[in-house]
Amino acid sequence: MTVMNSGRANPPQPAPEAAAAAAGARSPSGLPGARPWPYLALLVPPTGIPAMRRYRASRRAARNGDGFTARALAAESATWSWYSAALGFAALLLAFAVLFLTANHNAVIEKFFNPGVLRSSAPEILRGFLVNVELFLIAELLVLPWALFVACLRMLPGPASRPIRALAIAYVDLFRGLPAVVAIYLIAFGFPIAGLPVLGSMTGFELCILALVLIYGAYVSEVFRAGLQGVHWSQTAAARSLGLSHVQTLRYVVAPQAIRRMIPPLLNDFIGLQKDTALVSFVGLLDAFNQSRIVASNEFNLSAVTGVGIAFVVITIPMARLADRLTARDARRRQGSSA
Amino acid sequence: MTALLSLDGVDKRFGSNEVLRSVTLELGEHQVMSLIGASGCGKSTLLRCINALEPIDSGVIYIDGERVSGPGVDLNRLRREVGIVFQSYNLFPHMTVLDNVTLAPRRVLRRPQAEAEATAEQLLRRIGLWDKAREYPDRLSGGQQQRAAIARALAMGPRLLLLDEITSALDPELVGEVLGIVRELAHEGMTMVLATHEMTFARDVSDIVCFLADGSVCESGPPEAILVSPRQQRTQAFLRRILQANRI
Repeated sequence: MTVMNSGRANPPQPAPEAAAAAAGARSPSGLPGARPWPYLALLVPPTGIPAMRRYRASRRAARNGDGFTARALAAESATWSWYSAALGFAALLLAFAVLFLTANHNAVIEKFFNPGVLRSSAPEILRGFLVNVELFLIAELLVLPWALFVACLRMLPGPASRPIRALAIAYVDLFRGLPAVVAIYLIAFGFPIAGLPVLGSMTGFELCILALVLIYGAYVSEVFRAGLQGVHWSQTAAARSLGLSHVQTLRYVVAPQAIRRMIPPLLNDFIGLQKDTALVSFVGLLDAFNQSRIVASNEFNLSAVTGVGIAFVVITIPMARLADRLTARDARRRQGSSA
Repeated sequence: MTALLSLDGVDKRFGSNEVLRSVTLELGEHQVMSLIGASGCGKSTLLRCINALEPIDSGVIYIDGERVSGPGVDLNRLRREVGIVFQSYNLFPHMTVLDNVTLAPRRVLRRPQAEAEATAEQLLRRIGLWDKAREYPDRLSGGQQQRAAIARALAMGPRLLLLDEITSALDPELVGEVLGIVRELAHEGMTMVLATHEMTFARDVSDIVCFLADGSVCESGPPEAILVSPRQQRTQAFLRRILQANRI
């Protein structure tokens, strides 16, 4: 035990060797010894000082033969030391961030967060951002029925519907594998060039919505399918045994239970959809990103682009929090029902 | 007299695994049949086949003289006449007990809500669950859930009720309340087929006991004959094992 050979002079201490031996005898394992971490913790004073105090008190108690108090104090000291370590690490990262922002005479702040550019470009950026908002709201509304349709095709029962299922699978595989920017490029540029009837005469905005719906329809149909198939088959058996038809079983028994599970992944896909509306700038739509790129090249300053980034983050945060909350609620409920 | 339920040479395979081998049975109206046998002998599968939850591979099933197996049969109509109660209750967790009981009468039989709820109230009062009618299934004990599941099956007014080891998932002290209801139903003349491990109960309540082994009917007859003086060696061995288990 290190307690014995730590030769710190502490005057009011009767027979240190004997006391420590007694303590050791009473608690053969886990008596705190001399350790370096409380001293390191002193680098972060607000939590390091309490850590150090408890460590000292623990050593004192150990020498007095009170192993129980010594261990309790050592544990508290360790907790405070961990606080120090975490706080110190965070402070270190923060320091690097500040260093990055202020390096080269505040170059980063100047080029990315220039208040003047941010302010002067705000009206154009916001006007462009309305295009993004319109895009994702319309696309989200259209994705839902389309994805449900695809999911239903994919779950058609029986050997006769095999070709239809195969087609649905091929569609999902294609649009999940195709990079979104490529799909948008092909559809929004390709359809007008090919001079297709109806499709060729659609506006760029409409074609971008079509592309986004096709891409996210593939993802969302998988969310629907997983949700519906996640409901235990015994529920279907119970419903069918009561005489409910296949469709009635889906409508009254399976779908209501599936929707609760589908909402969190659905919100995640919607967050992805919102972000991917920025890709329409590649086919010439004047959305927020495109506006900001014009500002950036005129001003030789990226602050407007940063502004667009901020706008996207701000608008997805509520959705992300909602998704988190619903996921947590679902987990709680599942735990509650299994208990 | 034609039997209410009759099976003629029913076979059922899962892949290469033969679960039922030419099962032939008959059950008259107002009669109760108990299916006994070791786990995996095909009791549950047999019940699921009668309700067409599993398709059969060969043989014929008749209900009231009408063929109900094979292609082209209106399964939804068959299932209106044949109710089933499962070992794991399978109540709909997103609905209250009352909604569980009224769903099928409203959606399948097209009964108006008030009428369906009146019938449900009668049923739930009878099984002592009316005070739980507005609760969700996860707030109920296992015994209460199983009683609600019986009420749900009865609400369709079936002519035949199938009970698939309905007390196997229950704590011992809850078994009585569920079996009590089955006993009452038997007294009222409900035609039932039950798969069970409760030998005493099977003896009390049934008109026919049927011992299944390896997917085929090994021996069947009146309860006294099968449970007290079985002729087949396999039946004797099975009952001996049950007795030993009870003694432990």
